[in-house]
Amino acid sequence: MSRGKNKKPPEVNSGSMADIAFLLLIFFLVTTTIANDKGLLLRLPPPPDPNQEQLDIKIPDRAIFTILANSKDQLLVEGEPFDGTMDELKDEVKKFILNFGNPTTEGVRIYNTLPSKMKAFVTANGRNPESSDDPTNLKAIVSFKSARGTSYDLYIGALDAMNAAYNEIYAERVGITAEEWLTLDRDSDLQRDLYERGRDGIPRAISIAEPD
Amino acid sequence: MSKFKKSSGTSQEIPTAALPDIIFMLLFFFMVTTVMRETDILVNQKIPKATQLTKIERKSLVSYIYVGEPKNVILFGSEPKIQVNDVFITKEDVIGFVNTEKDKLDEVERDQITMSLKVDVEVKMGIVSDIQQELRKANALKVLYTTMRRIAED
Repeated sequence: MSRGKNKKPPEVNSGSMADIAFLLLIFFLVTTTIANDKGLLLRLPPPPDPNQEQLDIKIPDRAIFTILANSKDQLLVEGEPFDGTMDELKDEVKKFILNFGNPTTEGVRIYNTLPSKMKAFVTANGRNPESSDDPTNLKAIVSFKSARGTSYDLYIGALDAMNAAYNEIYAERVGITAEEWLTLDRDSDLQRDLYERGRDGIPRAISIAEPD
Repeated sequence: MSKFKKSSGTSQEIPTAALPDIIFMLLFFFMVTTVMRETDILVNQKIPKATQLTKIERKSLVSYIYVGEPKNVILFGSEPKIQVNDVFITKEDVIGFVNTEKDKLDEVERDQITMSLKVDVEVKMGIVSDIQQELRKANALKVLYTTMRRIAED
């Protein structure tokens, strides 16, 4: 028997392994940024077709909720100066969508699907003959028009308020909170069903007009 | 009354042998979840805040356009500029950029391309709406205004 076989196998000192790993960890922490891929989604209208004649669809004034912004970031809502917060703007938009001034049969059907709390909201705030007829297609359009000098911040604020009004209506309709509505996962059957029930018959009609 | 024995004779040291494993686990987590920034951003980016955020479902369909005042004011001036990849472009070049981005996608997915606009809060609407008009011409109709989450004040 040789002497070597009695020796223990040589060990590599692994005490500094944690330090090496820490170094790498800190390197990755510093050099990488967590990608921020969240934001407000907007679908632009398709470009005008030059071969097709411009269809002039008449939409009555009462079906359009106009928000105008000038270069000094002052708002004009439905023809009147508006200096409230974006939360108040959201409530105005909500009242406009849920007005049911003169509903069609489709509008009546949607009204009947609303929970009782929202029906009470309509009775309390809506039924104005000079506001939208019902929230169906082309009957209630929220329109935002900015000037070239309007700040992007105000635009995002207004777009956020308009989206918030719709999301709150959708969420309230299916009995969840607005936060839960935003996190609905459309890949799951149950949640997609909620999503479709919330949106049924009330399209998100947000129109962004081109500045002059 | 010594209900608790002072010394049980067991070792008081916490074994640290598993520490490297824990650190490695953290390391791998960060390596996997973070994305290396592939472009140098040449414009100021202070992203506005909003509440109604939607998440992009498919990242491969997203292309980025950065708008803001150039960081290097002496070289590029203080007017807001449009940046894609690593270069500044004019608004006329936006269509070309969209088309190169569309070419990278499968034919069936080309209409679903999402343009993520990362716009600085200081920017005015003029340049943003110019980009929107160009995107409409280029048939890239899904636009995402990148925003941060606003934490409710109350």
